[in-house]
Amino acid sequence: MRAMVYRGPYRIRVEDKPRPVIEHPNDAIVRVTRAAICGSDLHLYHGMMPDTRVGMTFGHEFIGVVDEVGPSVRTVQAGDRVMVPFNIFCGTCFFCARGLYANCHNVNPNATAVGGIYGYSHTCGGYDGGQAEYVRVPLADVGPSSIPDWMDDEDAVLLTDAVATGYFGAQLGDIAEGDVVVVFGAGPVGLSAAASAWLMGAGRVIVIDHLEYRLAKARSFAHAETYNFAEYADVVVLMKELTDRIGADVAIDAVGAEADGNLLQHITSAKLKLQGGSPIALNWAIDSVRKGGTVSVMGAYGPMFSAVKFGDAMNKGLTLRMNQCPVKRQWPRLFEHVRNGYLKPRDLVTHRIPLEHIAEGYHIFSAKLDGCIKPLVVTDAA
Amino acid sequence: MAYTPHKPPNPETSEELRARIPGWGADLDPANRPAVPKEVYEPHPYGAVWEIPESQPEKWPRERSIEHASVTPVFGTSCPPRGASGLIRKLAYRRYSEGRAAHWLLLIAADRVDTVGSTARSFVSKHPDNPLIETGILAEVSHHGLRSRRHQKRADLIHQSLDPLIVAGPWVVAGLLGYRTVRRLGRSLRKVSRSRGAGRSPRAW
Ligand SMILES: NC(=O)c1ccc[n+]([C@@H]2O[C@H](COP(=O)([O-])OP(=O)(O)OC[C@H]3O[C@@H](n4cnc5c(N)ncnc54)[C@H](O)[C@@H]3O)[C@@H](O)[C@H]2O)c1
Ligand SMILES: [Zn+2]
Ligand SMILES: [Zn+2]
Repeated sequence: MRAMVYRGPYRIRVEDKPRPVIEHPNDAIVRVTRAAICGSDLHLYHGMMPDTRVGMTFGHEFIGVVDEVGPSVRTVQAGDRVMVPFNIFCGTCFFCARGLYANCHNVNPNATAVGGIYGYSHTCGGYDGGQAEYVRVPLADVGPSSIPDWMDDEDAVLLTDAVATGYFGAQLGDIAEGDVVVVFGAGPVGLSAAASAWLMGAGRVIVIDHLEYRLAKARSFAHAETYNFAEYADVVVLMKELTDRIGADVAIDAVGAEADGNLLQHITSAKLKLQGGSPIALNWAIDSVRKGGTVSVMGAYGPMFSAVKFGDAMNKGLTLRMNQCPVKRQWPRLFEHVRNGYLKPRDLVTHRIPLEHIAEGYHIFSAKLDGCIKPLVVTDAA
Repeated sequence: MAYTPHKPPNPETSEELRARIPGWGADLDPANRPAVPKEVYEPHPYGAVWEIPESQPEKWPRERSIEHASVTPVFGTSCPPRGASGLIRKLAYRRYSEGRAAHWLLLIAADRVDTVGSTARSFVSKHPDNPLIETGILAEVSHHGLRSRRHQKRADLIHQSLDPLIVAGPWVVAGLLGYRTVRRLGRSLRKVSRSRGAGRSPRAW
């Protein structure tokens, strides 16, 4: 089969790889129909995530058709159209039993601090991902769900990560009616978080980024008020001015490890790998939110330490909330929002790239060219 | 104002927002929020019929975090450790917990060794690495590299110029290593032939 393969920082190619096989009785093999490239994939692509091995296939956001199932699989069968949450999880370990599906203890021998994620380095379990014609889906009785008949494929693929994560991020903000919510980052995750904040009763939603075309999307897709941080000397002061010196009630970091806006932080983390991530947006969130407020962190950081302004968080009495999104837990309610037209995942898609051209797709998304917001990978073009 | 007890009014009231934004307030009641509360005890959700999944057969001694009691019942098999990078990875897993910086620094070092080695090996394979294709850099032409950056206040332009250095790194290192190996090989070959030919050839080096 054809599959995307990592060759080293900033380099990927498409190769012939053996088709995945059933390795565990509860595995399924899924023929991928649509995959997406996620902001998280960029951290791998840039060589920031420890134990990213040459030869790995990325891709944790995908849908497809079940091609084959292992002997113990009972809830899906060959021919089913399925959407697969980016988390691999068992459903019954101490953590899954409490709804923490992103923190499963039975699927990742490489680390205890993070669960299993498709195509996300060996630190996240060493699973090949879905930017390929076929993918191994472990614990098929737990993760995948049939795509509802009424749902569009492009909506479905974005519900397996980006949109579910944004919706989850807004929930972690504990938004109350009338709250001022500021979202850092206007990528698919931040845009979804901003749109979701309204569903929870926000009174004002502000989005910060430095890419004008993405801020335009924040206005149209998420009805948000927007500011380009590159136009202001100090974003934190801007936020205080916008809120009568109080600060926002809730701040959401939807940027993560490769934040821009402070060259030293960016270089020491994204380029020199001396930090687990550059916490520029996280620090802005901590300093922009009001005392007693809540910071929700959806941005991903590496396992090493990062220079976070912890003293400010402590002195301000902040609540810091964060996690990888337990995707499947969001679905029943999220499906209703999509069906009602409250959230429109597919409006985020800007590029549809054949698998054979995926290297260009990564470059376009990484360098933010051509108005790119969400690139999809079309795996069945042939 | 922050200096008085009152919260300043938002630009729009809840009624105005409800009228303007489809779905505004649909999840106002936390009971409608699927992630609230954080922990809900519900064993055996979905199709799980096990208490712990059956164990997947290990095809090689699977490296694992020493914070785990044993290899987990399910795991990925994407890229078994191999070569010098594999030795470094195994050491990182065997010796250091996730709590130790050494664990992660060794893994990152192994990643770099893996990249350099794989790039070098590719040149004696049927499928040599091609930076022009693999970096997707051609998209700069087909997808408006210039127009996407010109007249934009973008904070990332200042370091995007560093990216080529990171990409070129393994080539430069592999090239230097290759050059030194060839030179050393040449020298030792010459040494061998000199000692064999000693006495026969009058030529001095
Ligand atoms: N928690 C989870 O489960 C989860 C799931 C998916 C993605 N993520 C993480 O969420 C983050 C965003 O993902 P995405 O797909 O939207 O990525 P993306 O790269 O498309 O978006 C990131 C955005 O942040 C902007 N940005 C950079 N520096 C900034 C700053 N200092 N302030 C404000 N904006 C800034 C960028 O211009 C870009 O628009 C990534 O770190 C990703 O790893 C987490
Ligand atoms: Zn993701
Ligand atoms: Zn589990």
